[in-house]
Amino acid sequence: MGWFKRIKEGITTKSTEKKEIPEGMWYKCPKCSHVLTSQEHALEMWVCPSCDHHERVGSEEYFQILFDDGKYREIAANLTSGDPLEFADTKKYTSRVKASMAKTDLKDALRTASGMMEGEKVVVSCMDFSFIGGSMGSVVGEKIARGIEHAVKNNCPFICISKSGGARMMEAGFSLMQMAKTSARLTQLSEAGLPYISILTDPTTGGVTASFAMLGDLNIAEPKALIGFAGPRVVKETIGKDLPEGFQRSEFVLEHGFLDMIVPRAELKSKVAMALKMMKQG
Amino acid sequence: MANYLDFEEPIKELKEQLDKTLELAESEKIKGDVSKRVKELEKLIKTTTKEIYSGLTPWQRVQVSRHPDRPYTLSYIEEVTGGNFIELHGDRTVKDDKAMVGGMGMIGDQSVMFVGQQKGVNTKMRQFRNFGMANPEGYRKALRLMKLAEKFNMPVVTFIDTPGAFPGLEAEERGQGEAIARNLFEMIKLKVPIICVVIGEGASGGALGIGLGDKVLMLENTWYSVISPESCSSILWRSWDHKQEAASALKLTSEDMLKNKLIDGIIKEPLGGAHANSEEMFNTVREEILKHIEKLSALAPEKRVDQRIKKFGSMGVVNS
Repeated sequence: MGWFKRIKEGITTKSTEKKEIPEGMWYKCPKCSHVLTSQEHALEMWVCPSCDHHERVGSEEYFQILFDDGKYREIAANLTSGDPLEFADTKKYTSRVKASMAKTDLKDALRTASGMMEGEKVVVSCMDFSFIGGSMGSVVGEKIARGIEHAVKNNCPFICISKSGGARMMEAGFSLMQMAKTSARLTQLSEAGLPYISILTDPTTGGVTASFAMLGDLNIAEPKALIGFAGPRVVKETIGKDLPEGFQRSEFVLEHGFLDMIVPRAELKSKVAMALKMMKQG
Repeated sequence: MANYLDFEEPIKELKEQLDKTLELAESEKIKGDVSKRVKELEKLIKTTTKEIYSGLTPWQRVQVSRHPDRPYTLSYIEEVTGGNFIELHGDRTVKDDKAMVGGMGMIGDQSVMFVGQQKGVNTKMRQFRNFGMANPEGYRKALRLMKLAEKFNMPVVTFIDTPGAFPGLEAEERGQGEAIARNLFEMIKLKVPIICVVIGEGASGGALGIGLGDKVLMLENTWYSVISPESCSSILWRSWDHKQEAASALKLTSEDMLKNKLIDGIIKEPLGGAHANSEEMFNTVREEILKHIEKLSALAPEKRVDQRIKKFGSMGVVNS
């Protein structure tokens, strides 16, 4: 046993000191410091082979994992954020969006695509945490709505992969109403008797947890993902005590009855496909 | 003893002058007729109040919405039903949440299911009511009552007044996120008319959890948004000092929310806010509820649900 034990996890560096690490040759696991080439890491589906740490990845990676041969067609790909409130804090919202677009090469914090999964047609919406913390604004809501519409039209299941810090403050009231919007649209899916699989990944919090992420016919999480309504820091401030170990992690949420199962990334596609097959033949 | 907000100072001074005049007149320390002076002062109070209240900033509106003398949910229910109200308790799973109240009542000969967050009137009661911050069992209790309303074909009226859903450890254990999400999913397809009235604070998912109505109305001096101005300031400006700017930026007032078509209407408050003349406020709210119940009841349930889904299902602004 070492003399020192790391008790604080997560980001403790100030955002001003944040360094953008360029795409390199090597990947070093932040949990166990295991080093492997980026190529090997991708082959492992961005999961550390030594400690099973599931690295946060974006929509492109999930599409590659879920769709047969990584082939898909994106739906409503060109939607971008309006600025109905002309929001400005220390920065204008429009310039925040622009900067995020340039940095991530994405249009917003979610992409929707249709394609085949083990030979069956599915629609998948997947969030991108790298775009303003995966926050939910009008574009996220609308792309989920379009995805559900497409699934209903094509009589196929809808899968949503959540990865979000919650609502996008800069869209204020509009952002809040995306919770209502997505929940409203999900009733259309259930009306049509089509499956909705919600996949919760690290992290899924706030308004996303309190709407579509928790409403799956099946709620599936990746291992050790942070899943909650209030963020751990807020809960800690509220109770004035340290949080128990494993609080708000997938295993904790499963134990309390809000998930159907925890599935490692490597088995995600086959498990979801199997569940959908059972639902279809039911 | 009435409470005054910082910007109400001129009103407070005038009221004190008026009280003193009346007091002196009563103890006969002033000779002669004071009625002229009293009338003058009353007029002055009215014009000053009008002046102040016609130019409230968004942050001042937030302050009014939290005014300690403002009536809370149970007072509204008590007054609009004239006491014809049976409070119901419990979510049938965990416990009875004191921050979320509800029950059946009659307005005239119309039965109504009421649901709403409840704040406390003094320190002890504020703690008892958990400051109007509901736990998951509160949202589940609300849903249970709404389902009951559906069974007996009663319209639902919700009163929204919360600084947010409670962010506690047990709330997380018992699935705060799931409880709110479930309410959204069920409320959107509830077969009876739903009228939601924001009577104070409408903070985030905690408010929305009982907020999917055919008609969503805000009292004039209330706020409704995704986050409180204080928290928004602390996150985006990294300090608590920018709450005024945050309040403006969030466009959280009733006028802004209506302009952005995120709510369906505004209920005017008496001069000086709901607390200045709560009798008048209760009457206005009763009239509004009855008016909307009548209109909504004329529609077939399927049509109502359809319109509700369409309304919320199309909210948002995107560029394509």
